[in-house]
Amino acid sequence: MSALSVALTGNPNTGKSTIFNELTGARQKIGNWPGVTVDKKVGVIEHNGRKISVIDLPGTYSINARSQEEQVVSDYFKENKPDIVVNIIDAANIARNLFLTIQLMENGIPLILNLNMIDEAERHGIKIDMKKLEDAFGMPVTNTVGRSNKSVRKLLDVFTNAVMSNYKPSKLISEHIDKVHNIKRSGLSAAKIEEEIISARYDLIDKIMAQAVTVSAAGKTLTEKLDSFLANGVSSLLFMVAIFYLMFQIAFNWIGQPLADLVGEFFDETLAPAVAESMAEAGVADWMQSLVSDGIIAGVGAVINFVPLIFTLFLCLSFLDGTGYMARVAFIMDPIMRRAGLSGKGIMPLIMGFGCGVPAIMGARALDTHKDRMISILVTPFLTCNAKVPVLMLFAAMFFPDNAANIVFAMYFLGIAVAILMAKVLSTTTFKEHQSTFLLELPPYRLPDIKTVLLEAWEKGKGYLIKAGTIIFAMSVMIWFLSNFNSDGMTEDMDTSYLAGIGSAASTVFAPQGFDTWEAGAAVVTGIMAKEAVVSTMGILYGTDELSTEDEDLEDSANTLMATSLGGAFTPLAALAFMVFTQLYSPCMTALGTIKKETQSWKWMAFAFFYTCAVAWVASLIVYQGGKLLGFE
Amino acid sequence: MTLKDTKPGMTVRIDSVGESNLKQRLMTMGLIPGTRVEVLNSAPLGDPIAIRLRSYNLAMRRDDAAQIEVSEVG
Repeated sequence: MSALSVALTGNPNTGKSTIFNELTGARQKIGNWPGVTVDKKVGVIEHNGRKISVIDLPGTYSINARSQEEQVVSDYFKENKPDIVVNIIDAANIARNLFLTIQLMENGIPLILNLNMIDEAERHGIKIDMKKLEDAFGMPVTNTVGRSNKSVRKLLDVFTNAVMSNYKPSKLISEHIDKVHNIKRSGLSAAKIEEEIISARYDLIDKIMAQAVTVSAAGKTLTEKLDSFLANGVSSLLFMVAIFYLMFQIAFNWIGQPLADLVGEFFDETLAPAVAESMAEAGVADWMQSLVSDGIIAGVGAVINFVPLIFTLFLCLSFLDGTGYMARVAFIMDPIMRRAGLSGKGIMPLIMGFGCGVPAIMGARALDTHKDRMISILVTPFLTCNAKVPVLMLFAAMFFPDNAANIVFAMYFLGIAVAILMAKVLSTTTFKEHQSTFLLELPPYRLPDIKTVLLEAWEKGKGYLIKAGTIIFAMSVMIWFLSNFNSDGMTEDMDTSYLAGIGSAASTVFAPQGFDTWEAGAAVVTGIMAKEAVVSTMGILYGTDELSTEDEDLEDSANTLMATSLGGAFTPLAALAFMVFTQLYSPCMTALGTIKKETQSWKWMAFAFFYTCAVAWVASLIVYQGGKLLGFE
Repeated sequence: MTLKDTKPGMTVRIDSVGESNLKQRLMTMGLIPGTRVEVLNSAPLGDPIAIRLRSYNLAMRRDDAAQIEVSEVG
């Protein structure tokens, strides 16, 4: 017998993914649908000796193809005939959820209705008579209880036993379908026809609700009580800041960074010496030893270091998302975001941008309109990601020892200000014709399902790991080659290396900014690979081997460097201009790759590179020349 | 009166959805003439607003709410 194909469909916030994860566990594959960036998930399981392949379709309110998700679901049903389609319904929100159900039935798709979180609905005073609902539709109705694995596993029996051909749409449904056909033939305008059909669907829902559902008035729900603090008035912003402060503490101070330090220690103190030793023993050629130790391990290690941080951050974000709080953040930030030409939903990817631009750029896919997605992607690189912090801290400590914290804070602020300004510019120029909208369901607060949170964090974070093994690996080899070779072969003297040549070529454009040394040029170029490389390149080129990027050691590093040639290579004003440039210029290579992937366009990737460089060049020019006019050096 | 002119705590009934780019999306989300709507809370500066209809909560901007004609019910 061939595998039984089961498709899960339903509105967003119905617990559909939780049911999918419960059914398939970790045996799921995620692949992109061709042409769009919305994920499809497939999991294959075996039950009672029968193979079942379960497909999780994106959550949608309808299948009118107005959004990417709707397009995916609509195309799926045009091209596939799954044996069973399960329509997952949030029982507490049955009235609106049935809209999709009816639309699917109009398209002749046989369904099993599954009322999820039936326990929550009963607590809210919503009683659903399953038998009457079954009669009203002429389709089988099942139910599941939120967070009960047993009730979800029970669905598998329903799948293997269901014979969809035994069910026939009820008279109520077939009358509705006739009515829809009549509206379509009425000769009204397309928009009018659509509106009439929508009204007809809600008329039918009201009839079915009257037959099978009783709603008794419940008191204030927990969600309403929480929302009067978390999503109401100006105080809601304070709660938000506190919640995100806590999240960043967890990710950067309590869990993520300590784990990252352990990984870094392993690379530097265990793996690197062990590899170096075994290569030396095996008599591997010197250049090969240098490539592996100074190139690959150093380069890939720098990226692997960030993995614990990124996963912790994703875990926190997936958890918050699962509680329903993220919708409130979008809600309370909309007034601010709107003034920058964005929608409130755009805040989420930007907040992630303070950690790392890569997940921030990926996160933009959840936004509603093309305009919102593009602007979000294009302004994220201006924010102070984790990797820029060492650069800022080092320069601030060296050149502005009395005001270091203020200078770093000013750079954060500069990044935010430029991001908002460019969002405004982009929304009034390049994307002028596109409209930004804000219409968002505020789902009830729920305790998220841990399995779903873990799986989501893993799905989002693993792309970063893959990149460490591919792009970063290749880049590390290239940088190593460029800094150790010239046209005569391998060289000990970096001043004659290819990198010096590239650096001095790059530095010519920085003459008006006062930092036109080849070392600064090389640092800028390597910084495109990864922003941390600005600091390590400076360290290598100015002759301090052990330049640390850890906060507490930065002061030492600063003193060391000050005593060497770096202190003399920059005036304080040129250093400030260099910091401004570093804060704003090109996204790193990984981020550029992500922009290419998300926009599906080399052109937009190139645009992101050139326009951020242009903005950075102009901003640092203003700082340097403006500073000189005011009499600073 | 439009939905824009309502205050938190009010319960209204939709008279017409009005003409806007969002019209079909609003209707799909259940804003149909005759639907009962409770006005809940609002974001800082009073916009967007949160409403409750058909047992769920929805947020929308006041500009979009201004297209929706409503009348107050008990």
